[in-house]
Order: sequence, then structure tokens, then C-alpha cells
Amino acid sequence: MTYRSHADLGGQDVPGAIVQEPEGEYFHSPWEQRVMALVVAMGPTGMSNIDMNRATRETLPNYRDLSYYEIWLAALEKLASEKGVLSDTPPKPQQVMRADAVLATIKKGFPASRPASHPARFSVGCNVRAAAVQPEHHTRLPAYARGKMGVVERVHGVHVFPDTNARGLSESPQWLYTVKFAAREIWGESVRAPNSIISVDAFEPYLEPA
Amino acid sequence: MSEHENHHHEEHAQRTPSALELRVRALEARLTEKGYIDPAALDVLIDTYQTKIGPRNGARVVARAWADPEFRRGLLQDATAAIASLGFAGRQGEHMVAVENTPEVHNMVVCTLCSCYPWSVLGLPPTWYKSAPYRARAVKDPRGVLKEFGVELPPATQIRIWDSTAEVRYLVLPLRPAGTEHLNVGELANLVTRDSMIGTGLPKSA
Repeated sequence: MTYRSHADLGGQDVPGAIVQEPEGEYFHSPWEQRVMALVVAMGPTGMSNIDMNRATRETLPNYRDLSYYEIWLAALEKLASEKGVLSDTPPKPQQVMRADAVLATIKKGFPASRPASHPARFSVGCNVRAAAVQPEHHTRLPAYARGKMGVVERVHGVHVFPDTNARGLSESPQWLYTVKFAAREIWGESVRAPNSIISVDAFEPYLEPA
Repeated sequence: MSEHENHHHEEHAQRTPSALELRVRALEARLTEKGYIDPAALDVLIDTYQTKIGPRNGARVVARAWADPEFRRGLLQDATAAIASLGFAGRQGEHMVAVENTPEVHNMVVCTLCSCYPWSVLGLPPTWYKSAPYRARAVKDPRGVLKEFGVELPPATQIRIWDSTAEVRYLVLPLRPAGTEHLNVGELANLVTRDSMIGTGLPKSA
């Protein structure tokens, strides 16, 4: 079975203007507010994790036809059904977000950093090549960076690995780096802003020494 | 969805609930019934992201960095800690990096893979930030995108695009406008726009 993300849009030819919005205009319908809040409140229940949520959204066959909150809604419906939450015998939620705990929960956040169990393979200044092959599952290396040469510019520590976490396998924490690529390396010599630089945050398994 | 369709939906929604509204209500009711959701918490969440957590938080961070060289150094070294010291730590801002504009370098933030955005300092992302045209073009034609926002930079200015592909979130520290030496932090914060902290805009001039 092939995994296909419809969300990896960097560099694609997408028609349409970028419609600006005034500051403070967050929603265009009351149902959007409800969807945002539902998705945030489902976090602590343990029904799914952020990587499963992203994988579910990006593989919706009609992803490109939906508004962003429609995508969130469709993925939440799909996950709730798949995880048995809507069944007659739903699993017990890990934690339910109560009104008086909302602010504290948001303030605390959900850090992705984990203790390091092995030293980092790369350091700042290392030349690296991004993996050329697109895996058959959720991943966070954009297609435009595949096979391209870059330089490590920041080492962030060890973070939850989306590629395994999205599949419910394990967190398998990995070293995370910011890698910078020359726009020319990515788009070729005809690029419109030749002196620009694109940085991506890449997990160690995405990178090889170069 | 086009602007026109949006307005159409809004007008329609006033008369009778839309199909989407009914779907959301049904899902909320079922998740509540199954013990996963406390509807009162949803009300608090909506209020929090409409009135408490938004780009004015980030504007305070930027203004402080403009006014206080030591805070600026701390922000560039460890943005998570510096932002937490002002009370703005939290969800979707757990791992922060601040990138500083200079006369030579302009920074711009995008998430080409979904819609990652520093909620703790900027609040909920605007629709355009999550839209396919922005995500597709920001990395390939940043000058074209900036032009759509009315920003034209000198040709020699280097543009750095930060694609938020993991759980690190980026805040642009824009250049302090000229002639603002006499302003205090609160006055400076009023010059800091949301778009200037994403990198698709510049601060207001004094």
C-alpha cells in the first residue's frame, strides 16, 4: 500500500492569491472555533498524538479541496472512529481537559524534547545530504529537500521522531538539526531569489554525511 | 474556499445551521457522551485564543528586545527561556527560536507540510498562513510573496526562509524602525505587527 501525503506543498505550482487577513480575525464561522477547541482538548485524552493527527490530515483524499478547519474536523472524525472512541465500549481517556485546567495545560505545553541516549552524529558546520528516498509512511522531510546538500546550522537536542510516533510504534527520539540549503541547490540556477537560503528542521535519520 | 463563498456560508448560517455546523455539533455531543470532552473547557479554550493568547504577546517580546540589549541577547541565544521569562511559554511554543532581521538579512517563516505556527506568542495562525498558495510559494518565490504583502526589499538583501518541519517554532525579530529612540516598550509594541513577526511584513513606522 502506498502512503501519499497531499500536504507537502513546498515549491508546488499552486494557483491563487494569498488573501491577507487583519490581525485578530481568527475564525470565519462559529463551528471553526468549536473544531479548534475540540482538537486542542482531545490532546490530553491520549486518543492520538500530534503526529498521528498530521498523518491522518495529510492523507485525506480530498485534502486539497477542504478548508483548514474542515481538514481538522474530518481527521478528528476519522481518528475518533478508528480509535474506538465512538464505540459502545470506548477506551478510558488518559486525562480530560476541564475548564479550570485549560490555562495551566496550555501554559505547560507538550514538549517534544526527550533525554539523549547517544551522542549526536552531526555538529554545527557539518555538510550533510538529505535522504533521497521518500518513505512509505508519514515523515517530515519536505520533498523539495530530498537528495539535496546542506549544512547543519543548529543542534536542537533529541525530539520525538514523527516517522514512528505517527504509526503508533514508539517515540524513538532522534537528534534534531536545523539544516540550511542554498536556494540554488534546491531549485536550480534559474531560481527567482538566488541568494536566499531555506532552512528545515531535520531528524538525524533524514541525513547522511556529505 | 473563496471570500464570496465564505460570506455566503456566514449569511446562510444565520438562518439555518450549515451541514458543517451540524457535523461539529454531533461530534462534540458524542465525544462528550463518551467522556472525552468537557464542553465548558471548549468555551474557555475559545476565549483564551480569542482574547488572551495572540500576536500582542509576541509584540511585547519584540518590543522588549528592541529596548533591552540584554534581553535581545538572551532571546537570540535561548528564545524559549527568554519568552518564558515574560510569561508567554506554552502550547505550540515549547521550543522557540528567534531569528533577527538585519539590514542584510530578512527572515520569513512558513510550514510547507501543515500549519506549524508559534501559538504561544502569535496565537492562532491567519488563514493565508495555512493556505496552499503561501505554503507552496514562500520557499520558492519569497520575493514574489513579499510583493503580494506590499513588501519590497533591496535586491541585495538575503532572504532566509525557515520551514517549520518539526516542533521548533520561529519568531522573527524585525528591525526596529528608525526614529523610535524616545518610545517605551508599550509604545514600541504598538508598532509590531503580526506579519512582521512572521516575516511577511515590516513593523509600522513611528
